[in-house]
Amino acid sequence: MGDANIKASQWRQVEVGRVVLFSTGLYANRLAVIAEIIDHKRVLVDGPASKPEKVVPRHSAALSDLSLTPIVIDKLPRAAGNAAIKAAWEKAQVDKAWDESAWAKNRERSVKRRQLTDFERFKVMRLRKQARFEVRKTMAAARASAKA
Amino acid sequence: MPSLLAPTRESLSFSGQTGEEQREERDRTMAPPQSAKASRNPELIRGIGKYSRSRMYHKRGLWAIKAKNGGAFPRHAPATKPAPPAAKAPKFYPADDVKKPLLNKRNPRPTKLRSSISPGTVLIVLAGRFKGKRVVFLKQLPSGLLLITGPFKINGVPLRRVNQSYVIATSTKVDISAVNVEKFDDKYFGKKVEKKNKKGEGEFFEAEKEEKNVLPQEKKDDQKSVDAPLIKSIEGVPDLKSYLAARFSLKAGMKPHELVF
Repeated sequence: MGDANIKASQWRQVEVGRVVLFSTGLYANRLAVIAEIIDHKRVLVDGPASKPEKVVPRHSAALSDLSLTPIVIDKLPRAAGNAAIKAAWEKAQVDKAWDESAWAKNRERSVKRRQLTDFERFKVMRLRKQARFEVRKTMAAARASAKA
Repeated sequence: MPSLLAPTRESLSFSGQTGEEQREERDRTMAPPQSAKASRNPELIRGIGKYSRSRMYHKRGLWAIKAKNGGAFPRHAPATKPAPPAAKAPKFYPADDVKKPLLNKRNPRPTKLRSSISPGTVLIVLAGRFKGKRVVFLKQLPSGLLLITGPFKINGVPLRRVNQSYVIATSTKVDISAVNVEKFDDKYFGKKVEKKNKKGEGEFFEAEKEEKNVLPQEKKDDQKSVDAPLIKSIEGVPDLKSYLAARFSLKAGMKPHELVF
């Protein structure tokens, strides 16, 4: 038998300390962390945030309303209270990690695109055409020099 | 003169005056009105005043007015009405009642302008010869139609009328303060009424037809005078001129109900 590198399959787990994103409901688009797992379908969730409109109060949320993010707050004690969670949240710099993630940036980009006015869409089209032209020009030059 | 055969509505009126005449008479004969005073009878609840009829009689001083007038409330003698002209008996009375058409009190006014449309807004025309063109809105005409211009030099749309329903309003606005559109109204755009000429021979007919197709110089000058300051303010905004020159079209993946204009 040859050497086979078998990597065990891994996926994001529902665990204490997992940062989650609300996809629907009253707290849509807000981050929170799992404080405790209630049962197969529900988790106790708490989301301290610097901006009051992004705060998620401590409550039990259905997992169907949440999306798991790759961010985990390590060693968060089970059923930690609000203050402890807030301290751990700030220590782990969850907000910063989220804002820098590709996921957050993609969301922001789609929101921006959806809100473009007709004039802005025209300007974007123009700029993309110009960028496209530059890229193709360089490619053509590269191809020409490669042939020669 | 009331007739026993067929009473019409006029014959049944109680006074010889119209409502307007009665009002005029009242204004003429009554004392000039003092400044409107609030009611002396405060309202406890709708329909019920605080004071009774007898209390109000005393509050209003009707007893004093009567005393001043010798015991009776002063009444003006009715104004002498001019003798009504001797009406001639009509020649013909219809056998059945003639129905009167219902009153039409319609007050024609221009269509309500959408709040997103204001002078200087860039509109997208959706139908007709210029569909897809982005165009500048100038003002709403008395008929309710919108007065627009390309400007002509930019996208070929002349001074024209367009219906609000066939237009998408974008959020882009052009500075229109330097443009004067006072002189344009619906008559300017209406079809010219031609004098009826006698049916001439072939030559006559051809000569007339040729004249029709030429746009009068006056209209060309109007276009230029409106467009000149407009183009100046358009060129002040980067990309706006080419934006107005381009046509709008739906591309793959564009959902009109989700687009922000």
